[in-house]
Amino acid sequence: MQLRSSRSLWESLSTTGRGHDTRLWASDVAVALSELGHGSALSVSLDALRGRSVLVSTANQLAAALALIEADGLARRLVLCPPDLDPAHLPYVVATAGVEIIITDNDAATMPGLGGVRVAPCSRSVTHGEIDRTAECETQWILFTSGTTGVPKMVVHTLRTLTGAIKPIGALAGPVVWATFYDIRRYGGLQILFRALIGGGSLVLAAAEEPLVAFLSRAREHGATHITGTPSHWRHALMSGATQCVSPLYVRLSGEIADQTVIDRLQAQFPEADVAHAFASTEAGVAFEVTDGRAGFPTSFVGRLDAGVDLRIRDDTLHIRSPRTALRYLGSTTESLLDDDGFVDTGDVVEQRGDRYYFVGRRGGIINVGGLKIHPEEVEAVINRHPSVRMSLVAARKNPITGSIVAADVVLASGADGTLDGTVLERTKAEILAHCRSALAPHKVPASIRVVNAVQVTRSGKLARGDA
Amino acid sequence: MTHDRFTYLPFSRGTAMAENIRTTIISHFEQVAVEQRHTLAKLTDDRPLMESGLDSLAFAIVVARLEDALGVDPFSVAMDAQFPVTFGDFVQMYEKTYQNAAT
Repeated sequence: MQLRSSRSLWESLSTTGRGHDTRLWASDVAVALSELGHGSALSVSLDALRGRSVLVSTANQLAAALALIEADGLARRLVLCPPDLDPAHLPYVVATAGVEIIITDNDAATMPGLGGVRVAPCSRSVTHGEIDRTAECETQWILFTSGTTGVPKMVVHTLRTLTGAIKPIGALAGPVVWATFYDIRRYGGLQILFRALIGGGSLVLAAAEEPLVAFLSRAREHGATHITGTPSHWRHALMSGATQCVSPLYVRLSGEIADQTVIDRLQAQFPEADVAHAFASTEAGVAFEVTDGRAGFPTSFVGRLDAGVDLRIRDDTLHIRSPRTALRYLGSTTESLLDDDGFVDTGDVVEQRGDRYYFVGRRGGIINVGGLKIHPEEVEAVINRHPSVRMSLVAARKNPITGSIVAADVVLASGADGTLDGTVLERTKAEILAHCRSALAPHKVPASIRVVNAVQVTRSGKLARGDA
Repeated sequence: MTHDRFTYLPFSRGTAMAENIRTTIISHFEQVAVEQRHTLAKLTDDRPLMESGLDSLAFAIVVARLEDALGVDPFSVAMDAQFPVTFGDFVQMYEKTYQNAAT
């Protein structure tokens, strides 16, 4: 694979010639990567980055993409700061990652005092000049895991671990334009940035706070062919009606469980498209892709060594060993990323039915009803099958009798809550409950259902669960 | 819990309110019994809850729905209170908490 011989992202772009036809579109500006051959988007000289630990913290995704391309192979470390990082955690991040330079498009005056750290502005446009981009090290890419609460958890990747799953797109495939609901500062979005850069293609980037409908219509303007997001992103998109304005050839879901309902609805919406779902996490990397249009994955994936990716099921939980996993956690954690055999415990619980494994939920997210255990995801999957439902969020509700009971928030397909006639609303809720009772054991059936306008989704595109 | 179930309510309004609470509780017992396919015993005040026909899951659901319907969860408020033994105790506990919440 070409990357093995390239020492940096920039070298891989220039040696494959991809840089010339790759364009990155932000909301108001586009950059052809070939421009980087004649200049830089950074205000700091690239020599100043050599051997340094560099944190990239920008409001704009395009600015971050340019900074990453420029600094890889020069900086010792690149810390990818997600846009929703609590500023109160910045000093911890700076100390833990030994950050010496912060590349930002934010007003430097708004940064908290981080004694000794140099702040270097960057922009979305390229200033022409003579640049030496000779790579001299394998940069550590520091990513934040997708947990949302508490002190951020960081893992160490390299360009090699991050790009192991990326294959060049065949010459006959035609122009590929990626669009993603993910942010490129997180693992899922970074994968798509690399796919565009290395696989050959362009990428439409969402602006901060850009409404989904606006983003999808921009994606259409730029001829997006490959669109990716979480099942929650896609359910939102389906609900908004915005999916009617795009006609992708490839639709990809990852980051959460892709249930059969969301796969079927996307396939019905995009009859021409390949609808695939993938298993990937910041820690475990991209493990596999499922392209047969069905939820779950074939049992034959387990033990099969495909591109060095080895799956194992232990205590009903998926474990992954592959050259794409992160190398380790960063910081003084006692937690080990890899077990003695080199496997990452994903914490994702699976259940075998016939010749297939199905994801049932997160090990840490179990609801305990009087000693009986329930994964919220399995209840959501049943609720989502009801034709009146678009999205649902199942959570534990404290209960004096059984400790917890199951409670569900439901978004109806009509998008209605208060606008529905009270009788209709009660009837719909009763129908959903009856539907749950026909498919689930009694303790898994929600004790209460609330019809809501929307369920909260985190910045990384996942349902906002209390335990996340 | 041997005192008269109305002693702590203002008599005039309290009776009506208390009867409403009792009616609400009974209708939730009945509804959950149907959903969970349980046979409900006659809900007299001296009926031990354990013999009402509901299991603990059904009770848990009744308590959750009563919290939604009445806006109170006596179990979380009255930590020092005795756990209700009879159906009468159960109703009293809700009436008392409801009244306290309203004043």
